[in-house]
Amino acid sequence: MNFAKNRTVSTVPAAKTGLPVWMMGLVADRLRADANRLLAFLFNQGILDEQFLQLQQLRDESSPNFVSEVVNIHFHESEKLLRNLRSLLMDREFSGYNKMGIHLNQFMGSSSSIGAKRIRNACFAFRAASEQNSRAGCLRALELLEHDYCFLKNKLHELFQIQQQRVLAAGARYPMQN
Amino acid sequence: MGMAADSEFHVLAVDDSIIDRKVIERLLKTSSYQVTTVDSGSKALEFLGLREDDGINPNTPSVSPNNHRWRLQEVEVNLVITDYCMPGMTDYGLLKKIKESSSLKNIPVVIMSSENVPSRISRCLEEGAEEFLLKPVKLSDLKKLRPHMLRTKIKSHNGKQEPEELGMPDEKIGFPSPKQEEQQQQQPQSKNNKRKAMEEDVSPERTRPRLNGITTMV
Repeated sequence: MNFAKNRTVSTVPAAKTGLPVWMMGLVADRLRADANRLLAFLFNQGILDEQFLQLQQLRDESSPNFVSEVVNIHFHESEKLLRNLRSLLMDREFSGYNKMGIHLNQFMGSSSSIGAKRIRNACFAFRAASEQNSRAGCLRALELLEHDYCFLKNKLHELFQIQQQRVLAAGARYPMQN
Repeated sequence: MGMAADSEFHVLAVDDSIIDRKVIERLLKTSSYQVTTVDSGSKALEFLGLREDDGINPNTPSVSPNNHRWRLQEVEVNLVITDYCMPGMTDYGLLKKIKESSSLKNIPVVIMSSENVPSRISRCLEEGAEEFLLKPVKLSDLKKLRPHMLRTKIKSHNGKQEPEELGMPDEKIGFPSPKQEEQQQQQPQSKNNKRKAMEEDVSPERTRPRLNGITTMV
């Protein structure tokens, strides 16, 4: 029965992709491999930890974009926090480490909640520098933090793009099931 | 036959971080609980129907002295899960206020914290928290919540609470019935004696296996 369905559909280009359906199988496999490779890389480099996997497990039909939604909120917040940290540090009338500590804790908390291990560790280093009242140390730590954040953001956007393409590919292949 | 769906249980989640609120909400929904999230301790108390005594919320609408009665007829909260440290309320603040309130003190409270500080943990437990969860909270951590919610529901249905608590008869959970007699091969006793026996079993301990026996009745 399914085979018959495929046969009638196979000559028709799958919606949104322009590719014949039979080729979509290859595309889907390739996308899955890409996603897995990227995830493996991020784990091996200590950039992400198992909390990220936990979040992935919480996706389902009712919330397929749960992870990307949460992560995007996190990125939005992070950029605010990073800007605040930088402006506090660069302030000529440096007001001390208290306010920075609050931002830092927030950043640490939400990074930890999405499994951004490397960023969380970079926050620890920042906190250590602030506890030593080392402004130079804080500045260095902030630069590292900003760098790690940019890297993570790029990689996760890449991952979410792949995941979206997979959803599209699956939808195009099995339009009945949608 | 499983017990009545967990969606019978309503959890109030309190956290000032929007990320953590989203995550805990998703975790709880995935575990089939109903969820309400608020971003502060004072909003939590408002939701629970308790007016701030020190007048922080003077404009709280329609909060009457008997608001706990009103609240229970509107929305029942079976568990409060809250971040340990939030701006606007001192540490333990929400926990203490709940445990000091005659109408709310039986609601189980679970504390979440990103820092593993033993003294903090023991203090929370001393102040009446049922559990202390380390962030980031995992799905498996939420399994610890159900026994506390079950215990409270069974308690309230057995009428052990003050009169203000749920007085609605609900035969679904807890009351001895012919099924109970099938499960536990006890000598035939009067209904009252059986109920007493069950109450004694249920109330002091939290994780006795018999608790599961009762739930499967439902």
